[in-house]
Amino acid sequence: MDLKEKLVSSFMAFENYVDVEHPIHDIRTEAIKNFEAKGFPSKKEEAWKYTSLNSILKTDFSIFPKEENALEYHQVKKYFLHEIDTYKIVFIDGIYSSYLSETTHDGVDICLMSSALTKPMYKQVIDVYFNKAASREESLTTLNTAFSREGAYIYIPKNKAPKKPVEIIHFATGNEASLMLQPRNLIIVEENAELQVIERHQSLTHNPVLTNCVTEIFAAQSAIVDYYKVQNDSEDATLIDNTYIAQKDKSSVNVHTFSFGGKLTRNNLNFYQHGEHIESTLKGVTILGEKQHVDHHTLVHHTQPNCESHQDYKGIFGERSTGVFNGKIIVDKIAQKTNAFQQNNNVLISDQATINTKPQLEIFADDVKCSHGCTIGQLDEDALFYLQSRGIPRKEATALLMYAFANNVLESVRLPELKKRINKLIANKLGVRLGFDL
Amino acid sequence: MAYTEEELKKELETKEYEYGFYTDIESDTFPKGLSEEVVIALSKKKEEPEWMTLWRLEAYKGWKEMVEPEWANIHYKKPDFQDISYYSAPNKKPKYNSLDEVDPQLLDTFKRLGISLDEQKKLAGVAVDIVMDSVSVATTFKKTLAEKGIIFCSISEAIKEHPELVRKYIGSVVPPKDNFYAALNSAVFSDGSFCYIPKGVRCPMELSTYFRINQAGTGQFERTLVIADKGSYVSYLEGCTAPSRDENQLHAAVVELIALDDAEIKYSTVQNWFPGDKEGKGGVYNFVTKRGICERNAKISWTQVETGSAITWKYPSCILKGDNSIGEFYSIAVTNNFQQADTGTKMIHLGKNTRSTIISKGISAGKSQNSYRGLVQINSRAENARNFSQCDSLLMGNECGAHTFPYIEAKNKTAQVEHEATTSKIGEDQIFYCNQRGIDTEKAIALIVNGFSKEVLNKLPMEFAVEAQKLLEISLEGSVG
Repeated sequence: MDLKEKLVSSFMAFENYVDVEHPIHDIRTEAIKNFEAKGFPSKKEEAWKYTSLNSILKTDFSIFPKEENALEYHQVKKYFLHEIDTYKIVFIDGIYSSYLSETTHDGVDICLMSSALTKPMYKQVIDVYFNKAASREESLTTLNTAFSREGAYIYIPKNKAPKKPVEIIHFATGNEASLMLQPRNLIIVEENAELQVIERHQSLTHNPVLTNCVTEIFAAQSAIVDYYKVQNDSEDATLIDNTYIAQKDKSSVNVHTFSFGGKLTRNNLNFYQHGEHIESTLKGVTILGEKQHVDHHTLVHHTQPNCESHQDYKGIFGERSTGVFNGKIIVDKIAQKTNAFQQNNNVLISDQATINTKPQLEIFADDVKCSHGCTIGQLDEDALFYLQSRGIPRKEATALLMYAFANNVLESVRLPELKKRINKLIANKLGVRLGFDL
Repeated sequence: MAYTEEELKKELETKEYEYGFYTDIESDTFPKGLSEEVVIALSKKKEEPEWMTLWRLEAYKGWKEMVEPEWANIHYKKPDFQDISYYSAPNKKPKYNSLDEVDPQLLDTFKRLGISLDEQKKLAGVAVDIVMDSVSVATTFKKTLAEKGIIFCSISEAIKEHPELVRKYIGSVVPPKDNFYAALNSAVFSDGSFCYIPKGVRCPMELSTYFRINQAGTGQFERTLVIADKGSYVSYLEGCTAPSRDENQLHAAVVELIALDDAEIKYSTVQNWFPGDKEGKGGVYNFVTKRGICERNAKISWTQVETGSAITWKYPSCILKGDNSIGEFYSIAVTNNFQQADTGTKMIHLGKNTRSTIISKGISAGKSQNSYRGLVQINSRAENARNFSQCDSLLMGNECGAHTFPYIEAKNKTAQVEHEATTSKIGEDQIFYCNQRGIDTEKAIALIVNGFSKEVLNKLPMEFAVEAQKLLEISLEGSVG
């Protein structure tokens, strides 16, 4: 039985775990029907031209993980941003770990999707927001919707800001031979409120894991959201991350994606601007080696006038890795005075590495400033020579130049501790130790 | 009279068609529809050798299995391929007896493009009794070309006269089953041009279909084959700035360029077919496959000015096979009213030190949609490949759209690829500045558009560039209120 059939037939078993009377369940039923009709995406689809899931879908993933997989804090401490205090929502094999987590209901709600979906006090919010930004067409998103049960739920009311950043971490312990996870996150930031989130998926063994994650973010008027995705998973983990962001007037949402690991990572990052004077920022650093594959698929849809979007993706590709960038900007007819900027720079450092990039503009308004730039190149030999002539070994000199290359993106990270952490990850990835911070 | 074997053979040959779908091999126009018999009959009508007939049949078989592509960013009613007649003899009879009968709007455009009276007559299909200038020019042309050993004739003639060349190269760059429209063209191409430049010869003049006397009008399924042998050079012009009102709605042409070692081909196109009226009714569907192959140190340069057609689907491409070869693509695509264009290029880098440049300027006005779609592919063996692409779009009015779909695929670490694209409108301050100097708005826009397109216009051969510039103005007329 292939994975699609297995998933479709497991849906009935899944119904035993959830409240089928809840109105959400109608959304799930509709979603599984859509998924059944569409199936997994294939390379024949334009959006999946450069990324194939075929080999991964051959694995017999278990869909319902065993309960109770405990982890000790010291085992996983290094995956947390432990230098500072944070709220934590931690899942082990898809199951919430209250022991490792730190949630709150003090003025803001930083808690679980499962309680938001079942407790009556959240019903109103769920009715208004759940599955309202996520696609009802895209097959992997509908698959997640069908099985949506657990994940993070964050609600920041008007004029509030949580005292500390929120970390959402998913661990896979490898207790299952192969595991499929489908976390579902819902984040609502009301008027004038603020939020910082760090999201991470981490597999602790070499057993294959397939994560199909959907996150919906709603930013109301003048809200500010900083979202950081740290992707440094083991080489047997596959991540399909679908993020849908709906923004209202004057809001600002910044998403940074750091992709350094994983077997295959696909980021579907979608911004919908439903208001004026909105700012959207999408930035990413990708550094790959081995046979890793990362596919960044972004969409910014400008539907109203006077908005801005900035995209800046840097990629360094070594060994036999493959990088894909597909950025799409749509400017509707009424979205005059839009300022949309997109940039994708890539360095290939190995003969077997591949980069496929497709920056795409679809513009229907005339009074706009839209541009995109895309380059593929190498490190400057003269600059390397200069550094070497000052006594810096070639390896370090190379790393230094790569740092400089990625620096634009790191500059806008507003959490200093996270910036340090990312620097370390980059240094590890490049195999050097530089005695300074950027 | 004795009934000889010869006669029997003849009879059998014709018998095949006796009860078939077409019997009248002598008629000037085939009945509508496409089938194997039509392909055979067409080939026979053109007195083609057997290999050519088989080649066409093979393409037809391939075409039958294919589906019309839908990936392009264009929307139209699909043509009914069984509702087209695949052969009609060139119409020798003039359409009009004097210029007075011709649509005055058309004549006005001619006048403004600066086309001479005789040429106007020829283009509009008016009977001409005096020997036109261009004809005598053409005769002298032919002589000069023949002296240099250059072959320049229609493709039907080439199939008969130079079968070895045609057979070797036809379909070598655009295989018969390359895509839906190329397959259709391969099966039923009516005519087209053939050009061969011998080793080391520099063609002394711009070759143009315009001056070729033995061809009456462009066919619906045109096939062009240009071969530049080692070390040769040719500049080829196709099309014409004058508006052409063709009755065929569907055009599916194939152009193949072969640049052998050290050769250079410069291929310029000006296309101004009927774009449909202001309500978007009618207009030509232009589905063209153009591709060139560069051997060692060779260079192919495509320049195009696209202002006509209701639908344009066209991607002149270069396969940079040989080391040090160069591909260039310069394009201006103008869409107005309800026109739709999906055009761009493919640069396939296979050889070492290959270089390519893409400059694409899209101008959309009215309710039109203009897309750039391009591919730059650097293969793993293409050491030191270099590409520079620039796609600029200019939007006029808020009901049109500009789209960019650039695909960039690099598999070699020494590759250097740059791509940039911008979309903007004509600045009000720019227009104001012109107004303030006494230049009216329409003129000012023409001025700015010409400046915007200058990089491409500069690449056109001199006589074309002047006309193309005027053409841009006319195409955009009335688009700014």
